Amino acid sequence: MISDLFSMTVLIGILASGIRLATPYLYAAIGETFSQRSGVLNLGVEGQMLLGAFAAFYVSLTTGNLWLGMLAALLVGAAMGLAMAYVTVNLQAEQGISGIGFYLFGLGMSDLLFQKLMPTVETVQGFPKIYIPGLSDIPGIGEIFFSHNILVYIAFLLVPIAWFVLNKTTLGLKIRSVGENPEAADSLGVNVGRIRYFTIILGGILSGIAGASLSIGLLNVFQQNMTSGSGFIAVALVYFGAWRPIGVLGGALLFSMVNSLQLWIQVKSVPIPSEIAIMMPYVLTILVLVATVSRVRAPSALTKPFEREN
Amino acid sequence: MKKLLQSDWVSRLIDALLPVFATLAALILGAIMLLFLKVNPIEAYAALWDGAFGSSNAFAETLVKATPLLLVAIGICISFRGDVINIGGEGQMIIGAIFATWVGLTFTDLPGWVAITLALLAGFVGGAIWGGIPGFLKAYFRVNEILSTVMMNAIAVQLMNFLLRGPMIDPSQAEVASKIPQTARLIDAFQLPRLIPTRLHLGALIAVILAILVYILLWRTTLGYRIRAVGQNPHASRYAGIKIQRYMVLSLLLSGAFAGLAGATQVYGVNYRMITDGSASGFTGSAGFNGIVAALFGQLHPIISIPASILFGALLVGANKMQRMVQVPSALVIALNGLVVVFVVSSEIWRRRRQKRRLSVAGHEEGSPPDETIKPAETIA
Repeated sequence: MISDLFSMTVLIGILASGIRLATPYLYAAIGETFSQRSGVLNLGVEGQMLLGAFAAFYVSLTTGNLWLGMLAALLVGAAMGLAMAYVTVNLQAEQGISGIGFYLFGLGMSDLLFQKLMPTVETVQGFPKIYIPGLSDIPGIGEIFFSHNILVYIAFLLVPIAWFVLNKTTLGLKIRSVGENPEAADSLGVNVGRIRYFTIILGGILSGIAGASLSIGLLNVFQQNMTSGSGFIAVALVYFGAWRPIGVLGGALLFSMVNSLQLWIQVKSVPIPSEIAIMMPYVLTILVLVATVSRVRAPSALTKPFEREN
Repeated sequence: MKKLLQSDWVSRLIDALLPVFATLAALILGAIMLLFLKVNPIEAYAALWDGAFGSSNAFAETLVKATPLLLVAIGICISFRGDVINIGGEGQMIIGAIFATWVGLTFTDLPGWVAITLALLAGFVGGAIWGGIPGFLKAYFRVNEILSTVMMNAIAVQLMNFLLRGPMIDPSQAEVASKIPQTARLIDAFQLPRLIPTRLHLGALIAVILAILVYILLWRTTLGYRIRAVGQNPHASRYAGIKIQRYMVLSLLLSGAFAGLAGATQVYGVNYRMITDGSASGFTGSAGFNGIVAALFGQLHPIISIPASILFGALLVGANKMQRMVQVPSALVIALNGLVVVFVVSSEIWRRRRQKRRLSVAGHEEGSPPDETIKPAETIA
């Protein structure tokens, strides 16, 4: 019933799972923020996430070591990022379309490897919850903020780190200048290609970890197409967040909270068709894009390949 | 030799063959992946070929699979030429199919050909609406169409699941516990006629005719000229007095309409009902994505997209045989499609370079710049 949704325990449950569900979006969207700030639209996030999710799951299962699984996801993401960087920086390919190509590659490849290497359905014991001493005992607050696995904490820590790197370091200044005016950056001696390689590979790594946070953190299984569009949503969140880590955090939380509410609506059998409930976050994303995008300006060089004039 | 490579027609021939090289490269990479999976690539590809072209039935299946690809692809030709990236083929197919199915299940008294015509038109309109919304949002609210079309896909899937499990569910399924999400079956008179005694249906012929019509639209009419002009240089087009927003909406709307038609032909030509497994691909077979691949391979040209669609239809049909014969999951073909896309767009750089050289050799005498390239998007915002 609808009134069930408003009891205290349910509210805490919704908020806590909202925080958890934000994790993969945060990793992927923070990575995408870096690459877009340097002028590269990486639409292959979804594919990178799927391959990362599979690599983490497979390696964790076969070695019994979750951190090796993480490392595998990281390496796979980096490799995908490297390929993407070569295609968009050196070959100056159209970024949106090549991203779709990388998405299809990741989608097919992760499914192929899954079917070929794992004949039986298996689950993995994912990262355990870490209860922050003291803080996790606070009623309500403790369950919402301080009772999650390590990947959740790292994801949220990533936001201030990304803000600091982008706004307070020389590297961040270079990234932003390459995204705004690559010709000027180049004339000042910034290596445009190298900066973009860095951001795209970083984006790939974070997308790989985003996938791992699903397969060995949140769900502890691998399924064909298990990301079901979250990589694309992560890209949308970067627009939503106006290319700022704090904005991305806001978007990720809004999206995951609505998603969490939607899950509880189903659990509590509120008389709303589940399909309509699942639709809500997507409708919301479009509405929010309508409301925000026309008011903020994208990095000027976004999607534009850079070619040095001789 | 160098002179030969630089001569005009050889250079153009190389341009035309670039997608073929890209596919070969993808197949070679696929062979390497197969070796890693301890599968003999020659056996696997032989099974694939046999499955796609081994018999007249197999070839008919290939054409059946190619039909929605071609319909989506000619829509993609329109939107990508207009510099609007439509990733929403899946959702547009679904909405088109819902509209078309509703017509067929509601107006059962109509003569067959009237109902089929109305249904295909309904599919066209449904896809146009689903493509038109992101087009409108792009033109007037600057919402990135790549993102909005992806969101529209997700929304369409849920709408389909809701309708096929609820209001539109097959009455016989509503009674049993399994409740497969599907509509009732169309009456026999409403099914698209078969062309030869296989599953090949009239939809394939319609798709080819439409491909020719879209070619004429894009290169022989003012409307098409304007769509391409907006795609090539929005600023110049604006100065020339073209209302570029209107053409952005139009190109996405038309693109969606053809995808919607693809969805309608799936219902009226193949399944005779709308059925899914709860995912988008459960109904579309991912034609909304693979149609993009076919269009890119066809150099965003509706006529070249015909053989391109047949090629990818063959890959999809052959993949099933490959799965049965050598136990290679058909997902391999999805991965290969992805590689083909990456290789095709990557190879554009050589085409651009040679084009530059051709222009400098011609000393700009030819005047108008050629427009055969896939131009990098000016702004995607």
